[in-house]
Formats: sequence, C-alpha cells, structure tokens
Amino acid sequence: MASEAPRRAMQTGRVRSDGAHDGFLRHNNFQWLKVGASVSLAAILAYLLIDVQPRPNGGSWYGYVLGTVGAGLIVWLTLLGLRKRVMTPGAWSLKAWTSAHVYLGLSLIVIATLHTGFQFGWNVHTLAYVLMMFVILSGIFGVSAYATLPRAMSANRDEMTEAQMLESLRAIDRQLHDAAQPLELRQAELVRSSLEQDPFGGSLWQRLSGNYPDCETRAAQAAVRTENAYKPKLGNDPLEKIDGLLARKEAMLARVRRHLRLKALLEIWLYVHVPLTFALLAALFAHIISVFFYW
Amino acid sequence: MQWGVGTLSQPLRIAIVGSGPAGLSAASRAAKLGLSHILLEKTDHLSDTIFKYQKGKHVMATPSQLVLRSDVDFAAGKRESVLDTWDIQTEANKVNVRRNAEVKAISGKKGDFTLELTNGDVVKAENVILAIGTQGNPNMLRCPGFDLPHIQYQLDDPGEYIDEHISVIGGGDAGIENALGLAADPEQRNTVTIVNRGPEFSTAKDANVKALLAAQEAGRIIVRANTTPSNVEPGFITFDTADGEVRVKCDRIIARMGSAPPRKFVESCGVEFASEDRVSYPKLTPTFETTSPGIFVIGALAGYPLIKHCMNQGHDVVEFINGNTDLKPADEPILEAKFRDLPGKRSVDEWLEFLRSNIVILNDLSPLQMREFMLDSEARAYRKGETIFVRNDPGSSLFGIASGSVLVQVDPADPNITVQIETGLIVGEVGLISGRRRGATVIAAEDSICVEVSRSAALKLQSSVPAAKRAIERISTERQLLQMFGSGLKSEDLKEVLDGYEILTISAGKPIITEGEEGDDIYVIRQGSMVVEKAVGGKPVFLNYLPAGSYVGEMALIAGGLRTATVRAAIKSEVIKLQGPAFRKLLAAKPQLLDKLQKDMASRQDINAFIEARKDSFSGVVDMYSNVANFLVENGIGEATDVLLIDENLCVGCDNCEKACADSHDGLSRLDREAGRTYAHLHVPTSCRHCEHPHCMADCPPNAIHRGPDGEVFIDDTCIGCGNCQRNCPYKVIRMDSVPPKKPGLLSWLLFGKGPGPGEPSKAWSYANKDPAEEKPKKAIKCDMCSGLEGGPACVRACPTGAAIRVAPEQFLTVARLEREDR
Repeated sequence: MASEAPRRAMQTGRVRSDGAHDGFLRHNNFQWLKVGASVSLAAILAYLLIDVQPRPNGGSWYGYVLGTVGAGLIVWLTLLGLRKRVMTPGAWSLKAWTSAHVYLGLSLIVIATLHTGFQFGWNVHTLAYVLMMFVILSGIFGVSAYATLPRAMSANRDEMTEAQMLESLRAIDRQLHDAAQPLELRQAELVRSSLEQDPFGGSLWQRLSGNYPDCETRAAQAAVRTENAYKPKLGNDPLEKIDGLLARKEAMLARVRRHLRLKALLEIWLYVHVPLTFALLAALFAHIISVFFYW
Repeated sequence: MQWGVGTLSQPLRIAIVGSGPAGLSAASRAAKLGLSHILLEKTDHLSDTIFKYQKGKHVMATPSQLVLRSDVDFAAGKRESVLDTWDIQTEANKVNVRRNAEVKAISGKKGDFTLELTNGDVVKAENVILAIGTQGNPNMLRCPGFDLPHIQYQLDDPGEYIDEHISVIGGGDAGIENALGLAADPEQRNTVTIVNRGPEFSTAKDANVKALLAAQEAGRIIVRANTTPSNVEPGFITFDTADGEVRVKCDRIIARMGSAPPRKFVESCGVEFASEDRVSYPKLTPTFETTSPGIFVIGALAGYPLIKHCMNQGHDVVEFINGNTDLKPADEPILEAKFRDLPGKRSVDEWLEFLRSNIVILNDLSPLQMREFMLDSEARAYRKGETIFVRNDPGSSLFGIASGSVLVQVDPADPNITVQIETGLIVGEVGLISGRRRGATVIAAEDSICVEVSRSAALKLQSSVPAAKRAIERISTERQLLQMFGSGLKSEDLKEVLDGYEILTISAGKPIITEGEEGDDIYVIRQGSMVVEKAVGGKPVFLNYLPAGSYVGEMALIAGGLRTATVRAAIKSEVIKLQGPAFRKLLAAKPQLLDKLQKDMASRQDINAFIEARKDSFSGVVDMYSNVANFLVENGIGEATDVLLIDENLCVGCDNCEKACADSHDGLSRLDREAGRTYAHLHVPTSCRHCEHPHCMADCPPNAIHRGPDGEVFIDDTCIGCGNCQRNCPYKVIRMDSVPPKKPGLLSWLLFGKGPGPGEPSKAWSYANKDPAEEKPKKAIKCDMCSGLEGGPACVRACPTGAAIRVAPEQFLTVARLEREDR
C-alpha cells in the first residue's frame, strides 16, 4: 500500500482481527482439537500400559485420576453457560471457550469410558455415565447444526428481520381482509379461515419438520385457484385479487416457517443438552458420594 | 415601578427585542437594576422558540460547567416547567413586557433610537438589545397573494385538518414530514400536494424521500417537482410548472422553505456581519455591542444557541450598558482554570491577547470569538523535550504554537531526524483533516506554550475566518506530502509542486483516474477513500482500497504509458492533485524519493499481475471477492475506521452479541444484529462504523460527540437528547433512549428467576420497575467500541461461534485476503 499506513498498529493492547476469521471449530488453528486429542491419546496409552490389578477399575489409582479429571471437566464444561452470560471485562473470547467446550467435551468420551474400566451395571454409576453420553450426543447434534444451518438461515432470511417478516404477513392479512369484503359468503369463509388460523401454532414436530398439513391458507388458496381457473380473466374480479394475495401469503408463510424451523433446530438440542447436564451433575454427585460412602 | 413606552422627551434606557432566554434575562436584570426598559415580544407568549418545542420535551442545561448568572432561574426539566418558571419570575421581577409587538424598523443613534412596531406604535430608547434568535424568521412566499391568511409557516398538529386541499411548499425534511403527516390518515380525507422547486429532493433525508415516494405511489400525496407557486388566491393556488401554469384547488398552504438569521432586518439597523456566509453572525465587541453603537446583539443571533449562554449574556449586556464595564463574563472562571498552570502571571484577557497575536491562524479573531474559541480549546505548557503527541495516537486536534518551537520526528525508525516548527505555526493538522491517526511524534524543542484546538473549534475557526482556512490548507498539504514521501524531502523542495496544487472534491463513485487514459498527475487522498479497479473481461475487478493519506497515479508518471487501473471515490472525498511535470522534476532532483515510489509501485504491480494471472483459473473467486468488496463499499465501509461484520456462515442467531452489548453499557444495546444488508453471507449489522468524519458530530449543540483514544466515536454525558446525531447518521445506528433500571444479579435470575435476565430488558419490565422519583431523560446511545473495557468490544468477545468480527476497511479489503482464501 502506498502510504506506510502508520495508523494500523494499535497500542492499547486490543486484539484486532487481521481481517481473516475462523469459526469456533477452526479456532486458533484447531488448538483445542489438538489438546483434546492429545489428552485422549495419553489416557488410552496410559490405560494400555498401566497394569491395574486385579482389573481396570474406577477405584484404582489410575481410575481415580481419570475420574477426577472427568468430574473436573464436567463441572468446567457446565460453566460455559455462566461464561456466556456474565459480561465481565478481560481478554477472554467466548469463541475460544466454545471451541474448548466442544473438543474437551468430546475427549470426555474417552476419559469417562476408560474410567469405568468397562464395568457397567444397573446402578447410579452407570446412570451417570449414560447421562453423560446423552449430553455428549446432543452436543454433537448441536455442533453439526451450528456448522450447517446458519448458511441456510441467512439465505432464507434474505436481509429481512423476523419482525419484518411477521409485519409483512400482517400487511397481507389486512389487504386480504379488505379485498374479501365484496365476496360472497362461501368464498369469504375461505379467506376468513386463512385469517383466523394461527399459522405457526401446532405441534413441536410441525415446527421442526416444517410440515403444516392443516394450513388453512394453503387450503383456501387451492380452493380459490380451482374456482378461478375456469373463469375468464377480466381483471376486475375480486377473487383474482384474493388469489394473488393468498399466493403471496403462502410464499411468505413458507419463508417464516423455514426461518422458525431452522431457528428451532438451532435451539432444540439445548433443551436436551442443558437439562440432561443438570441431571448428570446430580447423578455425578450421587456417584461420588456413594463411592466414598461404601469405600 | 411601571415603565411607559418612552416618549420623545424621555426615552427608555433599554429596549429589548425578543423574549427568549436572552431577552428575558436581560429584561429581568434591567428591572432589578431599576433601569427604564421595555421587552418587546412578537407573539402573545414569552420565549416563542421554546414554546414551540413539542409538549413535554426535556430541556437540558448545558454546558454543565458554566455557572448561570441571571435573575431568572433555569434548570434542566420539562418544557412546561421551564416556561412556567420564566412566566412567574418575569412577573415577579416586574419586567415591563409588551406582547404582540413586532419591531418593523430601528432608526436613530445611540441615546436616541426609534423602534417602529408593525401596529404603528413607536418606542423610544437610548439602547437596543437584539435578542431575536434565528428561529422566528421562516422564509416567506414571495408570489402575489403571499399575505393571505390561509398561508401558514408551521404545522403543530396534522390531525387538526380534515377534508381540505392542502399544498405544502418546500421539499426539505420539514415540508416532507408535514405532507406525510397530513396524508397519514385517509380518514381525514385531505388532498395533499407537495411542491418542490428542483427536480429532486436533494436536501431531505433519504428515509423521508423514500416515504414520500411510497406515499405518492399509493396515491396519498401529489408530488410536483420543478414547480414554484406563482399566484395565491382564496381557495386556489397557481403553480408555475415545467409544462406551464396550473391552477388547482387549495384551502390551505403550508410553506416550509427554511429559516435564516434575520440578516436583512439586522443589517437595516446598521449592524455589520462578520462575513457574507449564510451562517455568519454580526460583528461584536466584548460587551456585545455591534458596529452600530448603542445596538447590542446577544443569544442565538450572536452565535450562541445554548440557553445558559443566552441567559448569561442577557444579564451581562445590561450590566455593561449600565456602566459596569469591569464585569467579567461568566466563563471567566473556566478560562482562568485553563490558564492557571501556564508559566508567567497574566490575566485571562492578557493570555487571550497573547495567544491571538502570536498564533497566525488566530490573528483575525475578535476578542469575543477568542473567548468562545478558548472554551473549546486548551492551552498547555511543555518543557523542552516533552512529548506533545505520539505517532499512531488517534487525535483530531490541531496544535498552535504560541511560544517556543517543536520538533516533528518525521522518520519512525530514527527519532533524531526531525523538522523544526517555529512559533506562530501549527502542528497536528493531518489528524484534523483526515480524521485518522497521528502520522508522527512531536516533541517540544524548547519550553513552549501550545494551544490544542479541538476538531469542532478548528472547524468553527475555519468557517468564520477564511484566512485561517487557507493557511491551514496550505500548511497541511505541504506537511502531508512531506510526511507521506519522507525520503529526506524538505519544504523548500516542494515549493514548485505546491505552487500548482489543487484540492478537488470528488463525489462518490466518480473516477479521478480512468484505465486506459493518458495522464501523469499524482493524486493524494486528503479525505475519504478510493477504490482501485481494473477491467477484467469487461467487468471491474476490485484491486485495492486506499484510505485517506495514500497517493495514487505514480505508475504512469514513472513507467510512462497509459493508466493501468481506474481509481474512483468510495465516498465523497477530497484529493490533492499535483501536476505531473513539476513532480517529475522533483523526482529527478531526489533519487531517494524515486526509489521509494518505485518500491511502492512494484507492490502494486504485483497485485495487477496476480489478478491478471488468475483471471482465467480463478475468475469465480476474484469475481466473488470483487463483488463483496463493492458491496461493503456501497454500505459505507469506505468511510468507516472500524466496523462490525457478521459472517452468516457462522451466525446461529443467538443474539449474544446484543445481550453482551447491553450488559456492558447500562442495559442498552447499541447494535441490531438482524437488521442491515447482507451479501454472500457477509452481513453488515446496524452498528456504528466509526466514520473518519462522523456525520453525527456535524451538528451537536453541546459538542458531546468525540473521537476517543482507540479511534472510537463516542457520546459523553453532556448529551442533551436533541436527536440531531440520530437524524444525521446515514446508517441509522444511533438510538434515543433512557437508561433502564438496574437489573437483579445474574445468579438471582438463574436460581430464582428474578429480573429479565441477560441483555436489554423489555420496555414493559423497565417501565414497571422504574424509580418514579427519578426522571431519566432520553439520550443518544451509540457504540463506543467498549472503550475503557479491558478485552475490547463485547460483541466480538461474546460471540460463541466467531461469526462477529471487527475490522478496519483497509485490512479487510486487500488482495491478501483473496490470496489467503485461494490457498
């Protein structure tokens, strides 16, 4: 660049991006993937090399080491929820935390499994292990959602905000209401059914799948289209206007439903991940207490 | 005591024209001193400008450090309570008020003035104080019928009028807003026409124009461009349009054609103005006396729009007229404090005179202007060797050297290479003009006294003193060249180049250099920024982004041949054009400079070659990059210094950025993640870009917007909530809001569900939980880049996926990125 651009340097210790950026998975050149993998590898190697008598067990010294590390990790991983919500000053980055959360969380699969010594049963210990695995599984779902869905959501949004989408639906509804005044009762009923239905109500499954089989707008649109199809286009039939408006509403509804579906998919796993984490913490607590109580 | 009107045998001591804060305060002082006086008010109520504020508006009392010196009280509060206080105290002070008294002409001389009123009455007075402000003077219609009663110059409540044919004259913001208001409710059944003199609505804000065009499309408003009214008669108006005259039905005319200082009237009283400029003010002595002895001007008409200033001046001017010439202005303690630490015992007046006479650019200021100027500036003493400012520091102030001299370290590598600048001259002007960081470290060469002039004071200075503007321009151009080229150049070397320089203003999108054309001039970007493009396969490909402080055009000059790329303005910019032949001579004389330019040229040629090489194999990537760059420039990144971008490949929409922003700043978020433009999954949210020359700073009455130490543009506590900055921001990133009540702690939310949780609380919660005893005014809120917060911007720190990034445009818009993505 021509001038020496002296103003580029920042002195006050602020970290500036160099214009390039990485997501949480690639953060700092996969730093936490490397850490997580090395920890797992070390744990496996040690498991193979250390000959614990009479057999690998959570109560052996190596078992305690793995157990302590695992319990510590679980508590630390839970703290992400706190970190995210406490805006303290300091040079921390939530992206780095998320990155560490993902990779260290995955390494728990190895650490905790080795800690069990492959001894499972119908008890509180195995309950804690199973809960942990479900938490991790839901987390893996979350990571894959985070990695794939934002792009689709951005494309579907097309620079509209959620509030704008809802407002444009309301605007179409107002126009429908006005345009339906000259219709005969039977046709007006069709429009009314579209206006009166809460288009996003319905089951969680509908929200997640994006299928709304009972959509009155679609039914009304189909019915109006059928009536219109065999009539000459005169350009002054109120039903033609209704036809167009319903088609617009349907398109907008589809966009909002896609938006809500993607948003729900990005959030739904947290409703499993977080409560299960608390169940896990309780089971973990019980597991530790009982181990020491029956020692 | 009750004063009469003043007769031929016994004129009044003082006649005060205008009953705003300045006039009221003056009249009260006169009444307290027992001077015979009269306060003339055009309307039937006092203080018309504030009376016309919207109902319930919070009136602020700034600048807060200024003590109020008046017989009328004033404190921040609601419009109603301020006006009530004034009405009651004016009564109690036994002020002789005459309402509905508009002054038509003032004649006579000191000791014997005659004020003619529009109703034919005459007032005689020895002295006249003009406190008429600038608001009461709307521009009037000038066609036949201009005096008919159905023409109005103001619209209080658009809901009042039904079933009328209304013509709004004037396509500025006021006119458009009025027209939209009148047509907003179809139930009112008004037929609204808006008339604009030009073809386009160039002075109005974009949003207003869009709303107007939408209303036109919907058939709610009739828009007539290129039209002027030519005749008004009851019930009808005739327009002079491009296609001839048209006579249409019209029951009401609302004329919104702007207002101006009532210069004509003031000049007719024999008062001279400082310059021909439209916003120029009358020439005044330190006692507010005009060039016509016995006529005094105070308040907004004197150039002081803030209420406290006005009231103090009202008090002071009456004291002066009463012979109390020793009275020190109310800002005396502030100035005393400013000069306290300077060596040598001098009074405030002596200091002002010392600075004024020693610093060349201040020579033409009047003592009153000098006072005002120093209120916004600082005087500092530096010991020999002390640092004045450091290279790369942000700063937009200008330093004038009042005594001593300073050394500029022109070479960042070697602090011993310096250029000396002598008494009377200025340093630091590059920051002032380009709005970017300091280009060199400056230290005191000997014990020196400097005046640090804030950006706003410097701009005011340049607009009021043309000579100062020219001096700053020439010095700054010379310095910019010296600093940019370095290479041991001295100011003597540049003389020939500078004799032919021109400063050009380039509007956004216009080229200064066109690919394939001839030309050997060099351009230096003084303000704004440029983009460099090259046509590849018929399409422009973005090559480079040049911020202010760069130069361009050397390739054709050195290597000869035609221009190899097009350079056009990203935003409205200013460039210095240097003549090619003169510059070529300079290059011949200075081989070091040639060497430097050749090096710069080589790196630019590399970029050209890179694009050329990839234009076939990677045309998709290059195209994409080029489109993204153009998208960003279109969205104002060209004038940004630091901008928040969101990579929508990564954004999961958790809004943690907004929550973090709110939690770091009194519970109010300064960004709207979802709103804003997006291109290729790169999203520019509604958030401050910290422009080089912030539009928001342009018109801030208390001067509360500054650029901080990290380059951030922020609003300080003296904000009066006027909303000017919000209206001026082209990116709509400023909101007006009051601070919500304090939330319960995070743990009590997590464990017991108390309070609204992280992020900005809902309006309902804030309303339900506010402290009824405390009035929190709405103030302007905008991003301050989390200045003072360790760790930097909260939005970026709190993004869980790394989607939010902050970048400077010159870092983001480089081909380096392209090479990286290419890998």
